[in-house]
Amino acid sequence: MLKEYKTVTEIYGPLMLVEGVEDAKYGHIVDIEIADGSIRHGQILQVENDKVLVQIFEGTEGINVNKSTVRFLGKPMELALSPDILGRVFNGIGIPNDNGPDIIAKKKMNINGSPINPYARDFPNEFIQTGISTIDGLNPLVRGQKLPIFSGAGLPHDDIAAQLARQATVLGKGEAFAVVFAAMGITFEAAQFFINDLTETGAIERAVMFINLANDPAIERIATPRMALTAAEYLAFEEDMHVLVVLNDMTNYCEALREISAARKEVPGRRGYPGYLYTDLATLYERAGRIKGKKGSITMVPVLTMPEDDKTHPVPDLTGYITEGQIIMSRPLHRKAVSPPVDVLPSLSRLKDKGIGEGKTREDHADMYNQLYAAYARGKEAQELATILGEAALSAEDQKYMSFANEFEAKYISQGYYENRTVEQTLDLGWQLLSVFEDNELKRIDEELIAKYMPKFRK
Amino acid sequence: MSETSIGKIVKVAGPVVVAENMVGARMYDVVRVGKEHLIGEIVELHGTRASIQVYEDTVGVGPGEDVVNTGAPLSVELGPGLISSIYDGIQRPLDQLTELQGDYIQRGSEVPGLKRDTKWHFKPTIENGTKVSHGDIIGEVQESTLMLHKIMVPFGVSGTVEGLKEGDYTVEEIIGNVTGDNKSKTELKLMQKWPVRSPRSFKNRLAPHEVLVTGQRVIDTFFPISKGGTACVPGPFGTGKTVVQHQLAKWVDADVVVYVGCGERGNEMTDVLKEFPELLDPHSGEPLMKRVVMFANTSDMPVAAREASVYTGITIAEYFRDMGYSVAIMADSTSRWAEAMREISTRLEEMPAEEGYPAYLGARIASFYERAGRVICQGSPDREGALSIIGAVSPPGGDLSDSVVQATLHVVKVFWSLQGRLAQQRHFPAIDWLTSYSFYKQYLPGCFKDAQQGEEMATMSQEAMNLLEQEAALIEIVRLVGSESISAKDRLALQAAKSIREDYLHQNAFHKIDTFTSVEKQFEMLKAILYFYKQALTAIDNGMETDQLFAMEAWDDIARASYVDEENIAEIAAIRDKIDEQIKAASIA
Repeated sequence: MLKEYKTVTEIYGPLMLVEGVEDAKYGHIVDIEIADGSIRHGQILQVENDKVLVQIFEGTEGINVNKSTVRFLGKPMELALSPDILGRVFNGIGIPNDNGPDIIAKKKMNINGSPINPYARDFPNEFIQTGISTIDGLNPLVRGQKLPIFSGAGLPHDDIAAQLARQATVLGKGEAFAVVFAAMGITFEAAQFFINDLTETGAIERAVMFINLANDPAIERIATPRMALTAAEYLAFEEDMHVLVVLNDMTNYCEALREISAARKEVPGRRGYPGYLYTDLATLYERAGRIKGKKGSITMVPVLTMPEDDKTHPVPDLTGYITEGQIIMSRPLHRKAVSPPVDVLPSLSRLKDKGIGEGKTREDHADMYNQLYAAYARGKEAQELATILGEAALSAEDQKYMSFANEFEAKYISQGYYENRTVEQTLDLGWQLLSVFEDNELKRIDEELIAKYMPKFRK
Repeated sequence: MSETSIGKIVKVAGPVVVAENMVGARMYDVVRVGKEHLIGEIVELHGTRASIQVYEDTVGVGPGEDVVNTGAPLSVELGPGLISSIYDGIQRPLDQLTELQGDYIQRGSEVPGLKRDTKWHFKPTIENGTKVSHGDIIGEVQESTLMLHKIMVPFGVSGTVEGLKEGDYTVEEIIGNVTGDNKSKTELKLMQKWPVRSPRSFKNRLAPHEVLVTGQRVIDTFFPISKGGTACVPGPFGTGKTVVQHQLAKWVDADVVVYVGCGERGNEMTDVLKEFPELLDPHSGEPLMKRVVMFANTSDMPVAAREASVYTGITIAEYFRDMGYSVAIMADSTSRWAEAMREISTRLEEMPAEEGYPAYLGARIASFYERAGRVICQGSPDREGALSIIGAVSPPGGDLSDSVVQATLHVVKVFWSLQGRLAQQRHFPAIDWLTSYSFYKQYLPGCFKDAQQGEEMATMSQEAMNLLEQEAALIEIVRLVGSESISAKDRLALQAAKSIREDYLHQNAFHKIDTFTSVEKQFEMLKAILYFYKQALTAIDNGMETDQLFAMEAWDDIARASYVDEENIAEIAAIRDKIDEQIKAASIA
């Protein structure tokens, strides 16, 4: 019993007002047939008596007030799901984009999802080996975590995200693994880089892609991450897979949200972003996690570019308040050709202690990152001092720490995008770098551990 | 109460629904919205047209659907069964919701806050025939090994009590009656209800005078909070607000802890749920959960319920205060609560004040914190209860000029300022010793059994703070000209300040001993550092080199003092003898 209306009265920005509508429900979707016969998709933002405010995902360009037909579909936005979605490419609102057949739905799920009951959550504590030393060694990622990459324009976040998608595995287990990739407003080149990368390694077979490019309708981006997360929830909790979700780039998503908010003339919060940006982002990010009694899990890596590398910009700021840590890219390191240029000191994984140690990685893991962190922080200070006073003015100790910091950047942080290090290799590399210090200088490492591991690396 | 009228929805915009024909509706009445009976609350009235904030997702709700008024304000159920529970923002037990709805929060479920089938053993503490009025304790239920739940006469009830009998009752069964002067009879139950937005009454409010010991050195020694006091913890993300809140919830010297996770991370709440039952209370040796009531309204759960969760939490905290207990409530984070207010205000199309927040933001925050306090409770026997509030604030970008921070600072008496810079240096808790403050510092001596020791602690706390300030002034000079060019005494001051920072203020929340430090141990630790400083000052006067002093092994003992067991505090006191010996040995050489 689909109802059709030809009563569009107003169109402004991405919004359309339809009058005389009966039985419209908040949040349901509509199809709009415009004068040239093509179909646009929309969602109800507000209903007041018989007036319905609709946001149009594809934009309002070319829509005519008196020649458009609006069909109310009487349901929230849904995504058709089956295991066949693996290996497929969709557009930003979930329509196949790869000339393949439509998905025959085994299940249809509301893309808005529902909050996971905190009581039903299982705590993330399984270590994921990413093969990247700065993550595995210093900021370990665990299953069910959400760990964003804070980047800036011109920094290689795509490469590190692709490396994560390629290399992430859980130690000692041959479990089903999938990658869900959502592109929001990224360039064709960036998207193609991902597709090619996954195709070359064969990972495309276990990947699902939702692609909204920079020249695709901006409003569509609001649905894209929800599509991706719905697919991820299906794969994780219905098909028992471990899913890695890459959301790239969240800044574009937030801008689309701001556009809608501005068109609705809402009171803006900071920098014109809507006041509910935190809540909105939380409903996306919090869909990551594990559920008691379910085999699968959703681990999320949102990528976002910080305007002017400013961490206090609303998008990275609110993201940081929701996610469990952050990996920050460093422009100075990138200039030094360190790849991936991870800024170790401000990066953080809040769940790092939960997934490491004996039986998970290795007993020396926690002490190791504390020591590396402390020594590198000291070395960085010495580096800065050297730029002011000159290297010659440094004390012998400062010089030692500075040369450690340089070595650490060259060998530990820098590894290239195609080197896949095991966690043992990463930990051993740490010992090797620390071997320039005397045992009693390694205050953060337990003496027994030093006695056990260090002799191998002393020359 | 009876249902008063049925209205019709005319508008739906996110969590706000407008309904007409709401005859007899009052502000803050709870209503059931639409076919799925979503729970909502009236927040605005224009004649019979009511704006309703809905505590559940409104997708699929449309004009024409019914709105049923329950005629009662949003209330919580108070009685045995609260302790160890974990609720959402409107007191629905999350464990029962999982059984009912599965892994995801679904809509329209009504689950009572207190379990209906549990039998509690009730013991009267007064004789039948006694005259009672509201607030009087009539009996007790041993709710958990840590909680003796006092059953009180509900508000507005007075008269002669009859029919009280020891026995096992559910919360709904009648345990006795009160016959009023006009012969009206009121049934007494273990459970009573209270509307969350009104503070529970008390006889008298008193000024706080006693420190609430937290076992966190930087807090207890420098910025203590009092029983009945208020504190706020603002800081940018990654500075450990939540860890500070968790530490307080675990170790604070209160009878009951109410923890409100308001817009928090789901995984963090799971961590709390997993960890708290395993942890033991240092004061009693019992599992911590036996004195905790928890609220988890994570950031993805409906925003209106987040707004309510703070009130639900504090009402339950007040209820325990009224039994004569010392209660502490942690709200993490009040910024999310303020944002929920802002979101609802925007949907109501109210005129915004700063940053889009409603103009009443400051008033709401102030009245929330004013629900803290030390009070003489209503009713007999005479008893004193205290409620302390500790609120986390998450200012955007760590900017303390944020409206929520400023509104909070107007009312709280303790300010623990978390600094991103300290967190990056991995100095935790990242509480900045120079900008934080506490108005309760004068009560510090009172938490020692030995009054003289207390006085000495207060003096030492001031001395240590002086050293830290001296360090802040000196460090700039040292950075420019190097430490060789300042006087030996200044170098010593720097060393002592460094020791205070690294060995005293720094505290490892994840180390099984360091996580909690008793005030007596704090005393000895700080005394060791300051003693060394003073002895070294004399030694410098006698011509000793600073390098010699800095190389002494006693510094290592000081550094390890935080890992010394509470039972072996004497070992820390013994450091002072070692200091004497080492300085003596050095001066002879």
